[in-house]
Amino acid sequence: MTIETTMAGTLALIAIITAVTIVTRFGGVFLMSFVTISPRIESFINTMASSVLIAIIVPMAFSGDAGALAALVVTAVIMLATRKPLPAIAAGIAAAGLVRYMDLTSL
Amino acid sequence: MTTGNYSHSLSSAKVRSEFLRLVPISLFVVAFGAAFGLAAVQKGFEPFQALLMSITVFAGASQFAVVDMWGTEVSVLPLIAVVFAINSRHLLMGASLYPMLREMPPGRRYGILLLLTDANWAVSAQEYQRGIRNLEVILGGGLAIWTAWIIGTWLGVYFGGLLREPQSLGLDMVLGCFLLAMALGGNKSPRTLVAWTVAALSSLAAWKWLPPNTHVVVGALAGGAVGFFWQEKKPGSKEPVGAQQEDPHDH
Repeated sequence: MTIETTMAGTLALIAIITAVTIVTRFGGVFLMSFVTISPRIESFINTMASSVLIAIIVPMAFSGDAGALAALVVTAVIMLATRKPLPAIAAGIAAAGLVRYMDLTSL
Repeated sequence: MTTGNYSHSLSSAKVRSEFLRLVPISLFVVAFGAAFGLAAVQKGFEPFQALLMSITVFAGASQFAVVDMWGTEVSVLPLIAVVFAINSRHLLMGASLYPMLREMPPGRRYGILLLLTDANWAVSAQEYQRGIRNLEVILGGGLAIWTAWIIGTWLGVYFGGLLREPQSLGLDMVLGCFLLAMALGGNKSPRTLVAWTVAALSSLAAWKWLPPNTHVVVGALAGGAVGFFWQEKKPGSKEPVGAQQEDPHDH
């Protein structure tokens, strides 16, 4: 099934994307309302929560360029050393910009 | 405190302070909204259609994917599959907030979930690990990011040429660096480190061998399985660990 991207078609497609996204925002909480929160389930969701972050970041580091990798490594080192997120994030972004700038000039 | 079984209510002063707390990261979100707006109009969206999508969908990665799939005709099922796969991490993010959300009336519970996104969820989930209940950041912080995303899209559709290559300034890494800082600021028990290793390896395997956009959910569920089979002995053990740390969210 295809929809032509006329005005009405585009609005219909945006409505579909919106509905799908809302299902993902609501779905996890809705399904959890049928689950009894035992200590085991609580342990599962707590471990899963921090694993979400790792599962976003690690493939990002492997699939990105040298700048992306530099950003993540610098953020990790400064965060572990200082425990202050803002300097860590700022240094990571600067590292990505710097690595990409040097990459351009070396070509 | 409200009446009935729902004991959790949001403090409006805290909602305001959490809004302000996520304003710095929201400035970067403006840059990404602008990149989205530009990409959308270049692919044939009317400015108001791109804006409408940012207002109602509010999920950046999936919006970029939609623009990629756009043409004079769009196949509906592949579109639904891609948007669902990219946004399926919301299912797990929402589920992880359930122990707090269940103490709110359903209307408010689902209302604030409309603003659920990576950055405000990361703050709330990390604070919950340290024994702090913070749903105000989902609402207040979410409003800051949503507003920034809309303003950014508006700038992009009308003045897109301003920021053609946010990558050259490293701006595409803002969210990745933010999420990494949140992860490393949390509780790092041996169990967590094992879960992270499992999550990292499974997400990489999924990224390599499974269909696109499944890696976040696969990695997160694999990491969660570690917690399912290996429970921490004392349920209160997260507090002492957290108490020794400086507040990692000092912005």
